[in-house]
Amino acid sequence: MTETTLDAAGRPLAAETSTRAAPAGYWRGVARRLRYDYVTLLFIALIAAIALAAIFAPLIAPFDPYKSSMIYRLKPIGYRGFLLGTDELGRDMLSRLTYGGRSSLMMGLTPVILATAIGGSLGLVAGYLGGWVNALIMRTMDVFYAFPSVLLAVAISGTLGGGVVNGLIALTLVFIPPLCRVAEGATTQIRDRDFVEAARASGASATSIIFYHVLRNVSAPVLIYASSLISVSILLAAGLSFLGLGVEPPTADWGLMLSTLRQSIYVQPLICALPGLAIFIVSLSFNLVSDGLRQAMDVRS
Amino acid sequence: MSLAQAIPDVATKAPLVQVRDLHVSFVSREETVRAVNGVSFDLMPGEVLCIIGESGSGKSVTMRALMRLLPRKRAVITGELRVGAHDMIALDERRLSEIRGSVVSMVFQEPMTALDPVYTVGRQITETILRHQRCGRRTAWARALEILQLVRIPSPERRLHAYPHELSGGLRQRALIAMALSCRPSLLLADEPTTALDATVQIQVLILLRKLQKEFGMGLIFVTHDLGVAAQIADRVAVMYAGQIVEEGSARDVLMQPRHPYTIGMLSSTVTAEARGRDIEAIAGSPPDMRVLMQGCSFAPRCRFSVAACSTTTPEPVAVGDRHSARCIRLPETFDPAAR
Repeated sequence: MTETTLDAAGRPLAAETSTRAAPAGYWRGVARRLRYDYVTLLFIALIAAIALAAIFAPLIAPFDPYKSSMIYRLKPIGYRGFLLGTDELGRDMLSRLTYGGRSSLMMGLTPVILATAIGGSLGLVAGYLGGWVNALIMRTMDVFYAFPSVLLAVAISGTLGGGVVNGLIALTLVFIPPLCRVAEGATTQIRDRDFVEAARASGASATSIIFYHVLRNVSAPVLIYASSLISVSILLAAGLSFLGLGVEPPTADWGLMLSTLRQSIYVQPLICALPGLAIFIVSLSFNLVSDGLRQAMDVRS
Repeated sequence: MSLAQAIPDVATKAPLVQVRDLHVSFVSREETVRAVNGVSFDLMPGEVLCIIGESGSGKSVTMRALMRLLPRKRAVITGELRVGAHDMIALDERRLSEIRGSVVSMVFQEPMTALDPVYTVGRQITETILRHQRCGRRTAWARALEILQLVRIPSPERRLHAYPHELSGGLRQRALIAMALSCRPSLLLADEPTTALDATVQIQVLILLRKLQKEFGMGLIFVTHDLGVAAQIADRVAVMYAGQIVEEGSARDVLMQPRHPYTIGMLSSTVTAEARGRDIEAIAGSPPDMRVLMQGCSFAPRCRFSVAACSTTTPEPVAVGDRHSARCIRLPETFDPAAR
């Protein structure tokens, strides 16, 4: 009856432990499946390391990221204690990159978390109630869909003006429609499934169906999609500050650093690439973790 | 035997289910589908009623109407629906959800999709128990284990922690039955619970349902299109056609001495042992379009007994024996064995 289920790598997945464990929670199951996914674990560790470095930047950074020096401008990697060289104002690159992680991670996570909460609940409501409520919410979302996401982010933060908060608002607004649509699609699908009718037949009220059956079934696709948006958010935030719309100088921010260093690209190409490399590593890590999460959150994997 | 004792008992008790002149129509902007047109029947406590009919004859809709599971906006229900002392038409959603699962339960056709894939079987059963009974999670869990043993699920402790996808179809259907029985309902509605299962598993589930029904002394309404299943399990049989019960009676009477032309045709179109090499007799034509209001007998266009009067007068149920009735104006003719 219970076949031994194999995970992607062909190892027998703990079907036995799953049945032996105490009334195992869903998240415990997810954690158990993740434990065998070494790639995902590696990148989770990497993200954690970058996050910790960003949080404890004042303790880790070898120099003051804002202290400029006319003498040490655009020095190469490893020059006199500047492990990753210096930028066009002679500020230590390693320190600036460490501090830059703060704003990049914040710009990556905050809009996605906010948009998941707002877009997810809107989608849930639209999908469950259907009818004119659905039409109202989804058609409004379609309006946002008419613009490419980069353009939308630029347009919104351009209208609101620069600054971190306005950047966050712009990115949140950009991510609400796609998350709402994913939640709506999943909810509409779940709502018509037999187990919802079965739950009604066993006496479940509408609220308990929404919170017990629908929410749990919808949360997996929504969270997976949201996690894949984190990297997009980091990139968009970098793009905004590159254009001078998000974070304002002299704040250490990867996008902004990329923007200001581009004038020195013929002098120190390697140093100019460093903030880009940081953005690349972080967004790649989030993408890979999102993929791993997708597999771990599917009960049937 | 308990059955023999039950018979005089049944005559004195009030019916568990009383359906009178039930009409259900689905209204949308484009059209109105009259799915059920005047269904009436009684079910005594501890009785098994089998509703037989082809797809679209209104069997499942009748079941769902009985639990008020149909969408309120689109489905218009008229008539009388009583389960025990409850008037199912008058109850509000709050009272209905108290009754659903505790007084009336339902087993669904598709065991693959009627269980929530993200919760373990035990979690889903305990959730139903906790919904209706005041007890702790631990007690509910023990009850769930007990009920899994009752439906003969092997190694039940392990299955409580299993997700639905880890169980076979037969086990899943048993789990669903367990969920439906977890609060000891007095009426169980089974909507083709064996259709999606293998033939060998079908019989096991049928025997189990019959056994549990006797043990619990509950009423069972069993919807199927399989005559063999009906013969196995039913005390009484109701044959539905185009949203009406065309013939109703004890299983023996209806299946051995059918009186309505539709029942006769349906029974002669089943495969029997001696029929090898011979074509199966089919009923000509197809069921009527439920979107148009019918005049006269809905079976008339396909009936070989039909006369001109059939398409003008709507037949009323006529008693043809003890608690055996058929909706046909040509009943004397259909009784002639030579005419079959």
